[in-house]
Amino acid sequence: MRGFLTAASFAALLLLAGCSGGNETKLVITGSSTIAPVMADIASDFESANPGIQVNVQSGGSSRGIADVERGTADIGMASRDLREEESHLNQHTFARDGITMIVHADNPLDSLDTETVRRLYLGEIDSWAAMTDYDEPVSVVHKSEGRATLAVFLAFMELDNDSVRPDLVVGENQQAIQSVAGNPGAIGYVSIGAAEHEAGRGVSIKPVALDGVSPDPEAVASGEFPLTRNLNLVTDGEVGEAAQQFLDYVGSQASDERIRDHFFIPVNDAAS
Amino acid sequence: MTDRVVRLLSGLMAICAAAVLLLIMAEMARAAWPALTRVPVSEWLLSAHWSPSGGDFGLASMLAASLLTSAGALLIAGPAGVVLGAWMHLAAPGWLRGGLRTLQGLMAGIPSVVYGLWGLITLVPLVNTVAPPGAVMLTAILVLALMILPLSVLVTDAALSQIPDQALQSARALALSRWGSFRSVLWPRARAAIVSGIVLQFGRALGETMAVLMVAGNVIRWPDSLTAPVRTITANIALEMGYASGLHLEVLYLSGLLLLVAVALMMGLIQRGAGNL
Repeated sequence: MRGFLTAASFAALLLLAGCSGGNETKLVITGSSTIAPVMADIASDFESANPGIQVNVQSGGSSRGIADVERGTADIGMASRDLREEESHLNQHTFARDGITMIVHADNPLDSLDTETVRRLYLGEIDSWAAMTDYDEPVSVVHKSEGRATLAVFLAFMELDNDSVRPDLVVGENQQAIQSVAGNPGAIGYVSIGAAEHEAGRGVSIKPVALDGVSPDPEAVASGEFPLTRNLNLVTDGEVGEAAQQFLDYVGSQASDERIRDHFFIPVNDAAS
Repeated sequence: MTDRVVRLLSGLMAICAAAVLLLIMAEMARAAWPALTRVPVSEWLLSAHWSPSGGDFGLASMLAASLLTSAGALLIAGPAGVVLGAWMHLAAPGWLRGGLRTLQGLMAGIPSVVYGLWGLITLVPLVNTVAPPGAVMLTAILVLALMILPLSVLVTDAALSQIPDQALQSARALALSRWGSFRSVLWPRARAAIVSGIVLQFGRALGETMAVLMVAGNVIRWPDSLTAPVRTITANIALEMGYASGLHLEVLYLSGLLLLVAVALMMGLIQRGAGNL
């Protein structure tokens, strides 16, 4: 018994020593599910360039990213909307632009929607796609839950009040929105153009549709022609540590632009301002 | 000597476990307290209007959705579990019984997010063909039922195995059929254990988050139709806890406390009821 205890405590000690052995700095980045995939890619590039720093990227929504930075549980937050007035004591670092596109199921013959039709769809005034095309499926409105940046940007652009929206399905992450539209022939949803292009390219059965006659491609976002766009930001609170500053510089530099384009976003260095 | 050490250690463990539970309850109550004082009971318990950014904190429709989906799942999985468990115990050939038992154990161990993913990818499109949009209360009930079914089967099987073989042999000697011996000999003796074991699953169903979040549709409304989406308390906490702050956060704690109380009430009722069965 005693021998066992000694051995066990020795093993525990060894384990502890193993954990604190490396001299790594850890960076925690949380927030927007739109930004998280591209940030994870940038972070792994950054880690290979800076072996002493470990970057941990977690998704959970823009508001969570902002709240985490305020609470100090994250070094950097990711927000796919601009900071609001009550959040203006934080610092915003815009690194890319993104558009939000309406998506429908790949079988839906519709190619284009105008703002007024989208409004009416989300207010529950149109029940069936047969009203617009010869596609006889009931409309399923996929909406985002409160606190999501994509929701806030969408509502503001469509001039909709969240209480009057009549959704059939409420989801959190972008990925869930895409999955839900792909699994339902009558569904309509809205997601980041980056995420939509990425998934549609992988063969997921969704189709991004043009909004007010402008097709949702990265060029139209870069030129400012696509109407529904937003900034992708990193958020920090006050003075940041050396590693965090290094990371912010890396994301802002041209070194990360390739990754940003891979995800169909527009690096700020490219965007017409 | 060793006996005393073991007794002391296990006693200590038991106290620790109970203390942790009490601490959780105390912390929940503390975190929810400001909401209790600032939001009137008539609002959070009776109103169905939930709009945290607008300052409306009605939990009633979500609480109803939680209770109804769990009850629905129990209604499906309970009887089905008893029938399957009884069949396994009485009628299944030995090799099949062993295989089924292993399978049920395996099913009970599958993480809930896997059930949710299966529900989202397979069940939702299927339900969508009869009741669009597919992610509706019925889908949530079916996924939950599937999750508690294996445990209902195992509980029934275990309760029946507790009964001495003698009872069954006597029944056979009296030329009772399988159904007859189950109904008049086994069921009366195993009933209390089976029913309480199954109703305990209600707590699991009530607390299930991920699987329900993925298939229930999450629209806040009264659960007045099986084919309309609903949002349960747990799904709401999962969707909003990440960013909530201030009063909103406190009301979310309150909703968690509400679930805890519901489960505790349920357990109390079962313990009393089981004695009388």
